Amino acid sequence: MRSIEGAVIEFKQLDLLANGNTALHRLDARAKVLATLFFILAVVSFDRYALAPLFPFFLYPVVLASAGNLPLRFIAARIGVVIPFAVLVGLFNPLFDRGILLQLGPFPISGGMVSFASIIVRAVLTVGAAVCLLGLTGFVAVCQALERLGAPRAFTVQLLFLYRYIFVLAEEASRVSRARTLRSFGRQGLGLASFGPLVGHLLVRTWLRAERIHMAMLARGFRGEFHTRQVSRFGGLELAYLLIWSALFLLLRFAAPGQWLGGFLLEFFP
Amino acid sequence: MHMADALLSPAVGAGVWAATAAIIASCSLRLKGELDDRKVPLMGVLGAFVFAAQMINFTIPATGSSGHLGGGLLLAILLGPHAAFLTIASVLVVQALFFADGGILALGCNIMNLGFFPAFVAYPLIYRKIAGPGSEPVRLSLAAILAAVFGLQLGALAVVLQTTASGISALPFSSFLLLMQPIHLAIGIGEGLVTAAVVAFVHKARPEILQAGPLASPRPGLPFSRLLLSFGLAALFLGGVVSWFASEQPDGLEWAIARVTGGEALAGQADGLHGVLAGVQERLSFLPDYSFAGRQAGEAAGEAALGASLSGGVGAMLSLLLVGLLGLILRRRTQAV
Amino acid sequence: MSHHIVEVKQLRHVYPDSTVALAEVSFRIHHGESVAIIGANGAGKSTLLLHLNGYLAPTSGEIRIGDFPLTRQTLPEIRRTVGMVFQDPDDQLFMPTVFDDVAFGPLNLGFTQEQAGERVREVLAQVGAVHLLDKPPYHLSGGEKKRVAIATVLSMSPDILVMDEPTSGLDPFSRRQLIGLLRDFQHTRIFTSHDLDMVLELCERTIVLHQGAVRADGPTGEIFRDEALLAECRLEKPLSMQGCLLCGRKQ
Repeated sequence: MRSIEGAVIEFKQLDLLANGNTALHRLDARAKVLATLFFILAVVSFDRYALAPLFPFFLYPVVLASAGNLPLRFIAARIGVVIPFAVLVGLFNPLFDRGILLQLGPFPISGGMVSFASIIVRAVLTVGAAVCLLGLTGFVAVCQALERLGAPRAFTVQLLFLYRYIFVLAEEASRVSRARTLRSFGRQGLGLASFGPLVGHLLVRTWLRAERIHMAMLARGFRGEFHTRQVSRFGGLELAYLLIWSALFLLLRFAAPGQWLGGFLLEFFP
Repeated sequence: MHMADALLSPAVGAGVWAATAAIIASCSLRLKGELDDRKVPLMGVLGAFVFAAQMINFTIPATGSSGHLGGGLLLAILLGPHAAFLTIASVLVVQALFFADGGILALGCNIMNLGFFPAFVAYPLIYRKIAGPGSEPVRLSLAAILAAVFGLQLGALAVVLQTTASGISALPFSSFLLLMQPIHLAIGIGEGLVTAAVVAFVHKARPEILQAGPLASPRPGLPFSRLLLSFGLAALFLGGVVSWFASEQPDGLEWAIARVTGGEALAGQADGLHGVLAGVQERLSFLPDYSFAGRQAGEAAGEAALGASLSGGVGAMLSLLLVGLLGLILRRRTQAV
Repeated sequence: MSHHIVEVKQLRHVYPDSTVALAEVSFRIHHGESVAIIGANGAGKSTLLLHLNGYLAPTSGEIRIGDFPLTRQTLPEIRRTVGMVFQDPDDQLFMPTVFDDVAFGPLNLGFTQEQAGERVREVLAQVGAVHLLDKPPYHLSGGEKKRVAIATVLSMSPDILVMDEPTSGLDPFSRRQLIGLLRDFQHTRIFTSHDLDMVLELCERTIVLHQGAVRADGPTGEIFRDEALLAECRLEKPLSMQGCLLCGRKQ
């Protein structure tokens, strides 16, 4: 389990990435959300033994990260945190799927090994794309894009509230948790008996805070309707961006250019 | 446990997403109808609370390991099923984007597994039936534990169904089930105990908070919630079971080997079992597949041999190299600007 | 609204658990006055403030803002007139960016996007925070948050500013900045605070609450010189009026 402080710092770092001012950052969020969605669909649509055709797809996250000036090490660290579940489940593939798919010199490669590798590559690709999307767009803009793509308002607005107060509440949680740790020795005092009241307290305080926020909203004339500012628009640039990526994904998905490339190379340098 | 993009097929992912989106839409509509403008900020802030509370650990008695709150059931108790579902969905959206728990395609499944079952099944059908207003703490705990266990068992079952249906993991259905259900029994008991402890505290400290909950929850037996329930279950069934069968047939290992070997070096061995399987596959591949993309995948599998052949491997390395180079150039340019 | 008078008549508030928060409070604040409401913890300051813009309804008694009594009908207008700045700016800044937050009030009042944008820049300039326009609130410092919170209220052109503990949690520099800012306002100002030195600097008049009732109401200087009164109400003289800690000499 991450430490709370660590998680909050990571959170803020990721949030700050979206403050960049590259051409990609300035693009309307909807184009980026949709392109990422198409990307993920293209990647996961390969069957379980697909491995080589997945590699050209690294084009998308790499281009985004480079052109968007996102720190690669940070993205790699994010991906590293996430893979365990995929590894955990994927690990069973080599165990259950032992049929030999191909012979690589003296080493027989089983179907399970190939599909395990495929799962890992998929995880890296999909998670990488999601991290890039967030780093280039920012959570708030992603929310607003979702709303403009048809997500219900009540949902997106409370999503924004959630995001806003994560920062406040995570710090509160880290304070109470620190206070508990400082007065518990070893494993004493970290059990359920203290957890219930601790989290209960946090909940009660949160509830009161929600009431104060509502009060602050009423004090500023809130009558149930949210007005947000619509800054960017979906123009020709966005359309081109979306079309180019979609075409590319289709190409990579169905034409397997990596295969051609490899074949081509082998023909000339046998 | 979070579902991951890497384990999902597009049919399952998109199918469950569609069902999830429909439930989000109907919950939002309902919330809008309630005309309680306190609720939207309350949901957001409570979502943030669950997020924060998940980071606080507790020691699990007698095991020495530590656990944390899931929060789905707690939100349902505090907010009622509809608002709770939306709030859980939001927590998962943030987790998917920031901590990349699962991923964007798997988000639909995760919302379904961790939101739908506690909010629309475990809470109304178990918790509310056992713990009425003003129940004793023991009864409350019992209700919370049963509801949490039930909700998590269903969620775990859904993870297994979705994974098996997608056919990316080779884990057989029964083994995966045997792995997941007991783990989630333990997690469920923990979740129930924690939820009960928090509810008991709030009950003592601020009873009015818990009284606000039932206001929000649906009147029992409301046709709408039943409709939603049956709709969600049907969608889950469709998305899960149907596409499982759809993907089970064309995807077997034998088939892949037959395709690979049939097309390349081991062509001579295409008799006996391989030959039969290849023949079966020939016929099967004309059967209606689960999606256009799936059919295309079959074709592409034949042509590209999917990483099995040498040229594929070389090509993969080469494309990585090219992509890396492009990335370097782009980065230079971006930083120069 | 020619006279921005705040009038509280025999206000009584009893919470549902039958705690008497305000027993009987009456006062009248005139246009342009700067008034501090002080008292020990639990004296009823916060409860009183929450009545001034109608978040809490009196158990008995009456509140008049300007020419209107506070009723359900006048509530929207009164909430615009009485700008309330909360003690914790995190409660007040709930929108994604500073811009959205400051524009929240004007947009609710029916401003167009352009008008609201203009208004936002204007008030942010007033509190010296234009450079924070696109920042999310969680990346602001305590002092910045406070100034933006004030801007969110100023953007609705209130006639009366009500602030709960404006200087709490600020470092000395931010506190000094804030006091400078508040001194320049022309609004009728009502503060609650434990920062009695700030009260001494900003308020010509002070109301002392004790156990839910007005214990004293008069010129700030006089009240702070009445040591018996201060002791009775669990207060003490502002540091600047106490003798020099080093040499014992009175100012």
